[in-house]
Amino acid sequence: MSLALKLIAQRISLGILMLFAVSILIFVGTQILPGDVAQSILGQSATPESLANLRAELGLNEPAITRYFAWLAGIATGDLGTALTSGQSVSEAIGLRLGNTLFLATVAAVMSVPTAILLGLIAVRFKNRWPDKMISGATLACISLPEFFIGYLLILVFGVKLGWFPTVATVYEGMPFGDRLQAVVLPAVTLTLVVLAHMMRMTRAAILNVMQSAYIETAELKGLAAFKIIWKHALPNAVSPVVNVVMLNLAYLIVGVVVVEVIFVYPGMGQYLVDHVAKRDVPVVQACGLVFAAIYIGLNLVADIVSVLSNPRLRHPK
Amino acid sequence: MNDELKYLSQQVARKRLDRRSFLGRAGALGFSAATANTLLSSAVMAQGAIKGGTIKVAMQGGASTDSLDPALAANSTAAMVNRLWGEPLVELAPDGGLEMRLATEFEASADATTWTFKIRNGVTFSNGQTLTAEDVLATLERHANEDSTSGALGLLTSISAMRAEGDAFIIELDSPNADLPFLLSDYHLMIQPNGGKDDPTAAIGTGPYVLQSVEMGVRFVAEKNPNYWDPDLGHAASIEMTVINDDTARVAALQSGQVHMVNRVPPKVASLVSRMAGVEVHSVPSAGHYVFIMHANTAPYDNKDLRLALKYAMNREEMVEKILFGNGSIGNDTPINASYPFFSELEQRSYDPDKAAFHYNASGHDGSILLRTSDNSFPGAPDAAQLFQQSAAAAGITLDISREPSDGYWSEVWNNQPFCTSYWGGRATQDAMYSTAYLSTADWNDTRFFNEQFDQLLFAARAELDAANRTQMYADMGMIVHEEGGLICPMFNNFIDAVSDDVAGWGPSKGFELMNFYGPMKMWVTS
Repeated sequence: MSLALKLIAQRISLGILMLFAVSILIFVGTQILPGDVAQSILGQSATPESLANLRAELGLNEPAITRYFAWLAGIATGDLGTALTSGQSVSEAIGLRLGNTLFLATVAAVMSVPTAILLGLIAVRFKNRWPDKMISGATLACISLPEFFIGYLLILVFGVKLGWFPTVATVYEGMPFGDRLQAVVLPAVTLTLVVLAHMMRMTRAAILNVMQSAYIETAELKGLAAFKIIWKHALPNAVSPVVNVVMLNLAYLIVGVVVVEVIFVYPGMGQYLVDHVAKRDVPVVQACGLVFAAIYIGLNLVADIVSVLSNPRLRHPK
Repeated sequence: MNDELKYLSQQVARKRLDRRSFLGRAGALGFSAATANTLLSSAVMAQGAIKGGTIKVAMQGGASTDSLDPALAANSTAAMVNRLWGEPLVELAPDGGLEMRLATEFEASADATTWTFKIRNGVTFSNGQTLTAEDVLATLERHANEDSTSGALGLLTSISAMRAEGDAFIIELDSPNADLPFLLSDYHLMIQPNGGKDDPTAAIGTGPYVLQSVEMGVRFVAEKNPNYWDPDLGHAASIEMTVINDDTARVAALQSGQVHMVNRVPPKVASLVSRMAGVEVHSVPSAGHYVFIMHANTAPYDNKDLRLALKYAMNREEMVEKILFGNGSIGNDTPINASYPFFSELEQRSYDPDKAAFHYNASGHDGSILLRTSDNSFPGAPDAAQLFQQSAAAAGITLDISREPSDGYWSEVWNNQPFCTSYWGGRATQDAMYSTAYLSTADWNDTRFFNEQFDQLLFAARAELDAANRTQMYADMGMIVHEEGGLICPMFNNFIDAVSDDVAGWGPSKGFELMNFYGPMKMWVTS
């Protein structure tokens, strides 16, 4: 167990170091972008006086390095600062948005992960026969279509023509849970269709790999039912690569859904980040970047740990 | 008028017949669609506004970076939110004049340098405080202060002194301005208690609604202000605004009945949307225009012949037809069209490759000309730039098009680079438009236009109270910009809004889209 523990501790400290590096990268990135927050806020209506006034008000006349360390000191005490554009507290706004994003991601994950694994198992069971080919064909077709196209298609069919689900998935505080669930059906289905193929194909490949093993042959010779062999003997030994892909897709569901958010008017983190990049609102971009990076690193960490724990050689070192 | 048609229109007003069938029956009876529509809207109006219900609006233009401070409002969503909870002193009337909001009357001294506004009595803010002339003074002070970040700061620079006397609010100007009241209809200038100096983002005002729930760039909910003074504004019990920046999603929301009205229907799909059941598209002429701007002081554009060559190389009809899909009108290289009060027609410049070639040769310019454009400079700008490239090529002028990123366009390209595409929203008066962008000292002189005669005429017209004289002066100024300026204005865009049949009360307006952003307050739910 100690080897596994050491590995995990190592991963966590590396993760924290990564976050540091990410924060510097984001800060440098926002400095390279043309224009600054004062210009972006005032937009086409900027006059030299109002620009100068706003810059002074927002403290933009300080050197960049001073601003970075002031921000870092804030983070260390758990203060994400205030948005330069709206003056709102960043932690509060992000809290709300992150909650929405996690809700959508959870619904999409609950729909997609079991479906993908089940479809993967079925594909293995009927390898190279019509169910396998149909599953692969359909899921690959979905992943090949751009997500905005899938989204518009679902809006047209289920929102406009059939009227089953709302086309606008705007959720808000105090919205009843049932309404909230109904609102996110279409975006969650869109996301499911986008991530399904990757997880399904990986499940299929990983299990097929294991199916070559001698002990599977033994199980077959013992006369066990085909599905039971796959489920009880092959799947547990294929967990590691499958979990890796599942985590990668979960991370995508959280950090990569801005297009779906825009189409369905869903108030998640993606749109929030894009708005603030456009306005050069550095504290918010920093905070969002950190949250995204933390989620990404965290989920990969989970994948590593699960791989370690599912591998007997690592679980029981000599 | 045919009795049967009249009867049918009342049936529609009472929701016993739908609009589409009505128009079909009217056609069968031999009436034009325009006549039928006019009759229909008067029948609905005669039925009277219905109080209560919820009006749902989807808006393009709005971001999570917006602020509730009216001074910082910079997009259509923020401007509409301001109108929900706040009110200015005066507002643009549909006929091009002004209507009274928090002022009940105003008058100018004979030389138009001192203006006195009488403030409405018995109006309360949503926090219970009574509106006074002191609040008006404080509001104007906050916006006109030289440290202010208000979007209205530029309009208020000529104010030399302000004071409140009883229920009168007095403004003194350092130079005469016959249009001052028009400037005070600006959407930033919402009257706040103590001018909003205590908390500019409190959204406390005298408007017809009170904000209940605010999520910037996402959703706003407002309930009717029970103490609102004007019974003709604010019929619905509540208003729900959702920001839907994606064009397709916005139209789908209207089509699926989730919202009652949307702004900015893309010109490309306007005719498709108008054919949807239960939806009506309003294409409203505006003072907004899409432009190609040259810096008249920068080589090679400092050559008048080259500027004229490019102006003659522009095919305006083609622009209106292919970029606006007919939802607009051709421009004449001035920023002014018929929606302005002292407008008079100039001779229309039209596409003339021969004249363009003549002026191009006279300019002695050689080589290609670089035009910068981006998607957000106006809808369809890159396409428009390509059309221009084609029509200029026919005159032997080579245009190179550089497509710039939308992000940063307003800080890096517009008002920086010598030739680019851009847009202007209209202003309430010629004076406001010209002083914003064509006066030599204007902050946004984006054509680098420095013309002494023009400046003198601008100041003279501003002080002129005689309408005929002013019209003549603005015609002269228009001619100067038309001939000498760096502005190529091929088209004025319409506002294209769409509303569902479940709401009624649409009417004419000046200013901005969706009935100058008053649509949700002036319309009502019929079912």
